[in-house]
Amino acid sequence: MTNENAITVKNLTKTFGDFTAVDAISFEVGKGEVFGFLGANGAGKTTAMKMLIGISKPTKGEANVAGFDVRTQAEDIKKSIGYMSQRFSLYNDLTIKENIVFFGGIYGLKKSVIKAKSKNLIDELGLHDEADKLVGSLPLGWKQKVSFSVALLHDPKIIFLDEPTGGVDPITRRQFWEMIYREANNGKTIFVTTHYMDEAEYCDRVSIMVAGKIEALDTPKNLKEKYKVDSMNKVFLKLARNIE
Amino acid sequence: MSISIKNISKSYGKVKALTDISFDIKQGELFGLIGPDGAGKTTLFRILTTLLFPDKGEATVADYDIIKDYKDIRSHAGYMPGRFSLYQDLTVAENLTFFATIFGTTIEENYDLIKDIYMQIEPFKNRRAGKLSGGMKQKLALSCALIHKPKVLFLDEPTTGVDPVSRKEFWEMLKRLQKKDITILVSTPYMDEAELCDRIALITDGEILQVDTPQAIMQAFPKTIYKVRTSETYRLIKDLKTYPKTHSAYPFGEYLHFTSTDENLDPEELIHFLEQKKHTQIEVEKIDASIEDTFMELTHTREVNAHD
Repeated sequence: MTNENAITVKNLTKTFGDFTAVDAISFEVGKGEVFGFLGANGAGKTTAMKMLIGISKPTKGEANVAGFDVRTQAEDIKKSIGYMSQRFSLYNDLTIKENIVFFGGIYGLKKSVIKAKSKNLIDELGLHDEADKLVGSLPLGWKQKVSFSVALLHDPKIIFLDEPTGGVDPITRRQFWEMIYREANNGKTIFVTTHYMDEAEYCDRVSIMVAGKIEALDTPKNLKEKYKVDSMNKVFLKLARNIE
Repeated sequence: MSISIKNISKSYGKVKALTDISFDIKQGELFGLIGPDGAGKTTLFRILTTLLFPDKGEATVADYDIIKDYKDIRSHAGYMPGRFSLYQDLTVAENLTFFATIFGTTIEENYDLIKDIYMQIEPFKNRRAGKLSGGMKQKLALSCALIHKPKVLFLDEPTTGVDPVSRKEFWEMLKRLQKKDITILVSTPYMDEAELCDRIALITDGEILQVDTPQAIMQAFPKTIYKVRTSETYRLIKDLKTYPKTHSAYPFGEYLHFTSTDENLDPEELIHFLEQKKHTQIEVEKIDASIEDTFMELTHTREVNAHD
């Protein structure tokens, strides 16, 4: 990790009518960091994430993502980040290869680049036999691995992962995290939400959102020491329960 | 027996969803069906709740046959499907009244059973179901599944995508329901929830890997497990893959769980290997297996056998 920040957020706020979904949150994510963004359902995680990826305008406050301002340079942000979620990942009616070509095209990559990347990706994941199969016929775990690789096609600086491993079997979940580690090791910044608290422990630092505010932000080790418990699950339960 | 399943198989075209599944669930048991997406959990639920015919095999629910006595099962089973399936345009109270009416009962008649759960959403009883938060939807769905006082309750992934706090509360609710002599079959992809069940079945790719109490399953783990940590996790994963005596090495929170091909491995030997690889702050400690360790070992062994 260097001093350079991949994400800088200051007093970022989003209100819907008189409801404050995100309440003046501030934090920084370093380049190459694996940052866990945790919180209870309805705590405001998704709203905050939407502002960071440039698809929702903040009501107040500022954020800089990959060197761009979320208010004025949203289009530049979209080109500099990768995004995958459990809900929207790939097109089920297209094959793996077709999905790669499609997303490569969306990101404006040249045909020759798409071809080379496509080959790399299929080699790396060992998917030669499946490359021409419809994505819909793949097991969820494979889909998610392909989806992650597709989110990396345009060589983004930051990758946003919204509950990437929900429902995935335990072995594939770990292979997925190995891919995350590999990318972080290559200097990519990873911003990830998860409901698996053991995965929170894989992160360099985690923040925990409660009712629109960031109530805790530190390394998993420091958080466990601070709340005098032995797992992130217990840290989470303590924080979210005490405040209610 | 509250639920008895014998040699059930089901395919969708070429895809085998369930292959020769057999197990029994006792009266009053809180039984967990543990496995990832695509394991066949929902197919089994749909067969047991009489929404789908099996290709082969037989099953009874509350002593009723799933084919011959399907109408009896429908009036004695409560089913909460994985996807929220209440009427989004009806209010909380309307949904509950609707389900009570189609089962020929009233909210008042069985209020005792749902009181505990329904009280928490009663302040919002005039809100449309579609406008509820995830946790509240889950409580309403459970109330609707219980309103006809079922003997057996089927809960298909009730906690998927739910945060740890709501998950904990949900399991506390299930424990209280169990005391009212309702047999509960619950499925989950979260391995840590397995330990909250009386007995569990581990399922993957349509096959049952093991059925027993969580304690027995954890104790039956066939190998010695060590938790291993050094200052560099990613390099540790890569290095352990090149270690000749590695059987498995999986990230588990801040540690890696390691098993060896050599049951007589001296941990000092592993430490020495890691020192040679220039790792620092090396920790190696023997631990007990968790359900997740067992699940991974069983699927790992199964895959290795399949490739032989």
